[in-house]
Amino acid sequence: MTDIAKAKQAPRPETLHDWLMAERPQSRRQAALGRAYGAWRIFARNRLAMVGLAIVLMLVLVAVFADLLAPYSPYIGDLRTTRLLPPSSAHWFGTDDQGRDILSRIIHGSRITLYVVVLVAVLAAPIGLVVGTVAGYLGGWADAVLMRITDIFLAFPRLILALAFVAALGPGIGNAVIAIAITSWPPYARIARAETLTIRQADYIAAVQLIGASRWRIVLRHIMPLCVSSVIVRVTLDMAGIILTAAGLGFLGLGAQPPMPEWGALIANGRLYVLDQWWVAAAPGAAIFLVSLAFNLLGDGLRDALDPKAAK
Amino acid sequence: MLVLNPAVQAQTAPQSGARLRRVLWRVGKFLMVIVLTYLGLLAVTFFIGRVIPIDPVLAVVGDRAPEHVVARVREEMGLNKPLWHQFYIYLDKVAQGDFGTSVLTSNPVMTDIRRTFPATIELATLGILIGAGLGVPLGVWAAVRRGGWVDQLVRVMGLIGYSVPIFWLGLMGLVLFYAKLGWVGGPGRIDVTYEFSVTLESGFLLLDTARQGQWDAFRNVLSHLILPASLLGYFSLAYISRMTRSFMLHELSQEYVVAARAKGLSEARIIWRHALRNAMVPLVTVIALSYAGLLEGSVLTETVFAWPGLGLYITNSLQNADMNAVLGGTIIVGSVFIGLNLLSDLLYQWLDPRTRAP
Repeated sequence: MTDIAKAKQAPRPETLHDWLMAERPQSRRQAALGRAYGAWRIFARNRLAMVGLAIVLMLVLVAVFADLLAPYSPYIGDLRTTRLLPPSSAHWFGTDDQGRDILSRIIHGSRITLYVVVLVAVLAAPIGLVVGTVAGYLGGWADAVLMRITDIFLAFPRLILALAFVAALGPGIGNAVIAIAITSWPPYARIARAETLTIRQADYIAAVQLIGASRWRIVLRHIMPLCVSSVIVRVTLDMAGIILTAAGLGFLGLGAQPPMPEWGALIANGRLYVLDQWWVAAAPGAAIFLVSLAFNLLGDGLRDALDPKAAK
Repeated sequence: MLVLNPAVQAQTAPQSGARLRRVLWRVGKFLMVIVLTYLGLLAVTFFIGRVIPIDPVLAVVGDRAPEHVVARVREEMGLNKPLWHQFYIYLDKVAQGDFGTSVLTSNPVMTDIRRTFPATIELATLGILIGAGLGVPLGVWAAVRRGGWVDQLVRVMGLIGYSVPIFWLGLMGLVLFYAKLGWVGGPGRIDVTYEFSVTLESGFLLLDTARQGQWDAFRNVLSHLILPASLLGYFSLAYISRMTRSFMLHELSQEYVVAARAKGLSEARIIWRHALRNAMVPLVTVIALSYAGLLEGSVLTETVFAWPGLGLYITNSLQNADMNAVLGGTIIVGSVFIGLNLLSDLLYQWLDPRTRAP
């Protein structure tokens, strides 16, 4: 009671919202949190983006709790009684040619999808960031050489190049991730360079130079943080493409190897029976579609929230 | 380089020496970009083929070959030479169209590619005709009636196109239109009954059957072609219509449109003759790039439809670890990619007088 009374007596009851939206933030942390809150408010207004976020969060939860959620084992089926059963209440998405429950396999497959997406983002985005910011900040020869390499990679057909890499490295999920990462960094480099070019003439960079900061320090501490948000937006928008490429590699038998329940590989398996038992291939494809769609919606929303200029 | 003002143009036009130099500089730069990009492509395929495998000799002779055979093969393949020299030999061979021999078919890779590529081109060309033929009008419509149902449709189709796995959509299309409804032909390019009655001339079955007057076979080819081509067409349509929409929105907000309206031109004339013509300039680039994308998308589509094109050739070779064939195919698709990229650059300059050197 006394607390409430105290709050009522206070001259200005400050809610969290007020604190975050303060015109004059008292600390650096308050300013940063306030900016994030503002972006979140723009983002949350976009309903489709929220749907996308919800699906992505669901993917994460499903991946984490796959063991609890899956009704059957993803690897062991009963060949005598449950082979190629159509969808029913016992097996929602039916069973495959080895009697395995397709729903359980899709649930466990979400781990592989998440693994690929996270690993490619962690590998490709920093490469792009470093190449782009260094090229943009140093300019001259470094810029010319780095950007020419980037353009060369951009001019390549991504899937085919990834295929060739996997062919040389040998099939497997790890090699598929490396191949996709090698082919997907160039756009990030382009974006980071464009951002850097707009920042490098800023007064605060001149000030840091005057203090005597090294080039690396300027690039890493003062330029790169400002490029991160646009690269994140692009990475999120690319996630759908990454998932589709990984699924394509899996479909061709070059990604995850059996018996791993990778979604693309599940479709490849279902392809053999597709004309009679269409459900074997239908459900994993729908899962890929749903997750890609979610990343696209999420990316659109993030772009609008973080980069108001790009919004129409 | 850009001369926007006619007065400035009049001043600079007489200096033909400077103009020639500028044109030469442009051409030189352009050639330089081609050569560099191409060298980059070959460097990557060289790296994949020669450097990543631990010992390419072992890959050829197997691990039980006697010592002198290994040494001789090493010499024949030029692997005892330094890496740059090996790269030079590689470039020399590729320049002569020699991609080595396919282990799978035991033909020279170039012969195989020449046999399979027309099938891919036929498929991708019909795909882009569908994609551009429907995508451009849809995009224009969406831009003109912004927020209307066509606009929503273009948005949804775009989202689906960016999110759905092409090979899955192909499989589901086969189930529905071939197995259940029986509207289209199944996998493959042509039924076995017709396969030996058609003599291959150009390799494009539609053209060959039409020229030989075999209309039954022509219809059969078309029934096989229509589903994969529509599938590829859909993916380019999703992209082309979205881009058309945004280019058109930009053009329709320009002042010359207001001027045209003030002059009393009909809305149709403003949209199709004035705005679309300007939007066409960047659109050509988009269409060229999505054509290149279709050649790539054909790798997965051809696998689904058992379409005997370059994509299926590459994936079959992949599954049999036939590296010569894989890299040969990669170089061909990469070359087409680079070629279309540069072509779209050239078209851009040709279509837009503002970017042309005076």
